[in-house]
Amino acid sequence: MAKGTVTPTRMELTRIKRKLLTARRGHKLLKDKRDELMRQFLNLVRENKELREKVEEAIREANRSFALARSGMSDEAVRVAFMTPKQEVTLDVTTRNVMSVEVPVYSYETRTSDGADIFSYGYAFTSGDLDAGVARLQEILPDMLKLAESEKSCQLMAAEIEKTRRRVNALEHVLIPDMEDNIKYITMKLDENERSTQIRLMKVKDMMLEEAHHYKEKAEITD
Amino acid sequence: MYKIAVMGDWDSIYGFAALGLACFRVEQGETEEAEKTLRRLAEQNYAVIYMTEALAAQLSAEIARYRTRPQPAIILIPGISGNTGEGLSAVKRSVEQAVGSDIIFGD
Repeated sequence: MAKGTVTPTRMELTRIKRKLLTARRGHKLLKDKRDELMRQFLNLVRENKELREKVEEAIREANRSFALARSGMSDEAVRVAFMTPKQEVTLDVTTRNVMSVEVPVYSYETRTSDGADIFSYGYAFTSGDLDAGVARLQEILPDMLKLAESEKSCQLMAAEIEKTRRRVNALEHVLIPDMEDNIKYITMKLDENERSTQIRLMKVKDMMLEEAHHYKEKAEITD
Repeated sequence: MYKIAVMGDWDSIYGFAALGLACFRVEQGETEEAEKTLRRLAEQNYAVIYMTEALAAQLSAEIARYRTRPQPAIILIPGISGNTGEGLSAVKRSVEQAVGSDIIFGD
């Protein structure tokens, strides 16, 4: 809103003043939202980092076991071992509202509840390392889901924080100063108009008095 | 009910098959197929997709598309060839996006 585009009228002034009030309130609210989002985000991101390190370490260990197992087994044997999985995981997704960001919450159900009953193969033709790898993965699965939850939440919240921050900055550095400038401009313009009207009236009064009493002519005569 | 998928090369993901996660095998270099699979999974009810870092490096544009959507969550995991650190740097990017600079991992 450049200064040239506003019409300096009383109505416009009231309108902008009202808008400024709303903008100030919105700015305060958005700032609070941003601060709270940031606080929650930082907690979540720390948790995310820890979980990720833990999960990556576990998967690395599992992969090491698998690599060992593979060295002693043929490709076919491995494929056959994992052909018909015993276990099945289904996921239930609900959402939690964190400062108007819908973040997912995962809860999972497994078909067999017994953690030891997940091996989809008899032990006769497979290496023991394979069992170790699968067990390690099974152990870390709950953490992997937690990781998914917190990582997705982090991504969604990061996007929301970015958006909110932009809005706060736009209000703080562009919209509100512009409106303040406009208000100042209109007030000054109105004051100026008032003064010029005042002066005009004074002049008119002088002229009218002159007309009625002819002060100037009288002054000349007395001289 | 939602499901969980794992995408990557066979050697990296077959262990997850035993846990009952749906494994989708994508070998090195099959980028186009991987993209198709990812899109298909995202449309179906897979809420979480674990993906090896090596595969994710090839699909970064596709993954960025799903970043701000509520579903699916695409989570990077290290593959058999080792950890490239891509997973952690994705978290780092989130921090940079939100805060403006990295204040968690700065070491």
